[in-house]
Amino acid sequence: MHQVFKRPVSLKDVQTHFCPGCHHGTIHRLVAEALDEFGLQQETIGIASIGCSVFLYYYFDIDVIETPHGRAPAVATGVKRARPDRFVFTYQGDGDLAAIGTAEIIHAANRGEHISVVFVNNTTYGMTGGQMAPTTLLGQRTSTSPTGRKPEVEGFPIRMAELLSGLDGVAFSARAAVNTPKNLMDAKKQIKKAFRYQGEGKGFSFVEVLAACPTNWGMNAIEANERVGREMCEYFKLGTFKNTAGL
Amino acid sequence: MPRIEIDELRCKGCALCTIACPKKLIAMSEQINNLGYRPAVFEGTEVQCTGCALCAEMCPDVAIKVFKEQ
Repeated sequence: MHQVFKRPVSLKDVQTHFCPGCHHGTIHRLVAEALDEFGLQQETIGIASIGCSVFLYYYFDIDVIETPHGRAPAVATGVKRARPDRFVFTYQGDGDLAAIGTAEIIHAANRGEHISVVFVNNTTYGMTGGQMAPTTLLGQRTSTSPTGRKPEVEGFPIRMAELLSGLDGVAFSARAAVNTPKNLMDAKKQIKKAFRYQGEGKGFSFVEVLAACPTNWGMNAIEANERVGREMCEYFKLGTFKNTAGL
Repeated sequence: MPRIEIDELRCKGCALCTIACPKKLIAMSEQINNLGYRPAVFEGTEVQCTGCALCAEMCPDVAIKVFKEQ
């Protein structure tokens, strides 16, 4: 018998702390598969963020630097400039990237740093208790918007992939989801494409991946997974927003 | 014949594999595992499983291995 599906080498064989049905585990695996496929395990420096994605160094069998809240793109800038021969990617959630680290991500992107960013958008602050994030959908109840997000009070959800695609420094920007096998295959392709951009020295690449947070959404895993397709994919359209090299 | 192996000690019982399987060959166990969850169990036969690996692709905990003949 031949094993056709196995754990990627870049992903350690350990139990994760993620809740049942959390898409972080899936996205971790897709990133690890991409690293394996390009043979990057030995030359990668991952940049972890704050949030549920904080334990990158426990789960990936690569070198990882843990950074303060939202500062992953700034640290990645330094790492990549000091060691341009290394493959450098950040892995950040929406509270980290779209709120706390807005300045860092926008300026790193605008400078066209040769890094890749994996942005996991689950419309809430997962680790700290489900507070409202800039990506929280209108009407969504969170611990800090208990009656639902209202545009006149809290503004509108930020579409980061589209926003960054407007910057000249960005070479690749796309959004994917992992809620269905089809979307998951597309997400794998988009992550690989983003990594190729860096590998071929073509500039800053950004992939947003829509994810479920069953615990903070107050749903079970199946309901949360369905919500990604029903509500999130409606507002956060999947697709490629910028692909300057046409990869 | 293709077959899958579910690591019941790793499974958190999210059941995403049950909706991913095109042939609905995976169900949730009545037993509780060491994590306190009801893990997924393969309920089909090897004849029914095509080894498509969609269950393994969807599993957030990488708890499913898929085997196929060459």
